[in-house]
Amino acid sequence: MVTAEQVWAALDEIADPEIPVISLVDLGVIRSVDVHDGHVEVEFTPTFLGCPALEAMKKAMEEKVTGLGAEPEVRVISDDSWSTDRITAAGRAKLLAAGFAPPAPREASAPQLVQLQSKAFRCPYCGSTETTLENIFGPTPCRSLRYCESCRQPFEQFKTI
Amino acid sequence: MNELLLGLADDELIIGWRDSEWTGIAPMLEEDVAFSSIAQNEIGHARAVYELLTDDADALALDREPAEYRCAPLVELRLLDWAHAIARRWLYEQADEIRIAALREHGDAEIAGLAAKINREEAYHRMHAEMWHERLRDEPRFRDAVAELWPYALGVLPQEQRAELAVRTGLAEVDAVERGTHTDDLAQLWDEMTMVRRSQPAGTQW
Repeated sequence: MVTAEQVWAALDEIADPEIPVISLVDLGVIRSVDVHDGHVEVEFTPTFLGCPALEAMKKAMEEKVTGLGAEPEVRVISDDSWSTDRITAAGRAKLLAAGFAPPAPREASAPQLVQLQSKAFRCPYCGSTETTLENIFGPTPCRSLRYCESCRQPFEQFKTI
Repeated sequence: MNELLLGLADDELIIGWRDSEWTGIAPMLEEDVAFSSIAQNEIGHARAVYELLTDDADALALDREPAEYRCAPLVELRLLDWAHAIARRWLYEQADEIRIAALREHGDAEIAGLAAKINREEAYHRMHAEMWHERLRDEPRFRDAVAELWPYALGVLPQEQRAELAVRTGLAEVDAVERGTHTDDLAQLWDEMTMVRRSQPAGTQW
């Protein structure tokens, strides 16, 4: 009989389709795993509602559960329970190593432009906070573009959600 | 069908479609990226709200006749001028923030939860609009565009939320271009938006 631990381990093998250096478990998008009588119910929260990788991730999770010999049911939960604060410490370290600046902590109110324009964001390459906002938007909805004035590198900043 | 939610979802779908028209032809590469990303988010919001209303979001989004859409005329307009495109984004985000804030207090936890999620994403659209508003606010071309679109912006919100929009934008309330009427621009958009859907053989899988 499959256990919840086995399911978590299997789901941890699924790479984020857009940022493959981290897994879905690292990303914190799997809210719960419930195993009963050969049925596995996975509650999953999208990062962004318009994420085009949603269906691919759902399918990958179903295949992993099926691979363990269990019947999958993946439920997509579209509420505010996912935030970038749910990215694990291991996930943050992997992001940083790949040149993505991890997200700043979430605050009670939604982020403001002045915060993005401030010097609070650290370059993933040299660690300097002498960085400027280049574009609020980037190659996927979850990223912004910044530029480091110290080491002259552009880099991608994970948005705080 | 919840008319308020259907109107919200239709607004998000149609403005997402209009925003996506700047992909590849925006005046700056940064704005190609920004408008594409915003469009993707807005259409994602539309899908999530449609899913609250129905089991088949694609059918609700794409199988209606143009007259059956509940979107506000503001989002339908085909605006090929940058000042107008930015004026609409700014006005729309101001209005959208007011109604999303109200939905976050909704008695139905599923609706309130989705509104909270949408609000977190919209924060970045508001920043984008604010940044451009700061840059263009004193330009006559932009001011004219805002004045022209203002009656349409009021029509995004129900009567009781319009006073707040007037305060936020610093504009005086006027007669709104109301939801429920449609511009000719919607028919052209609808024709393009539903073309693939209408031409596919029944049972096609994507």
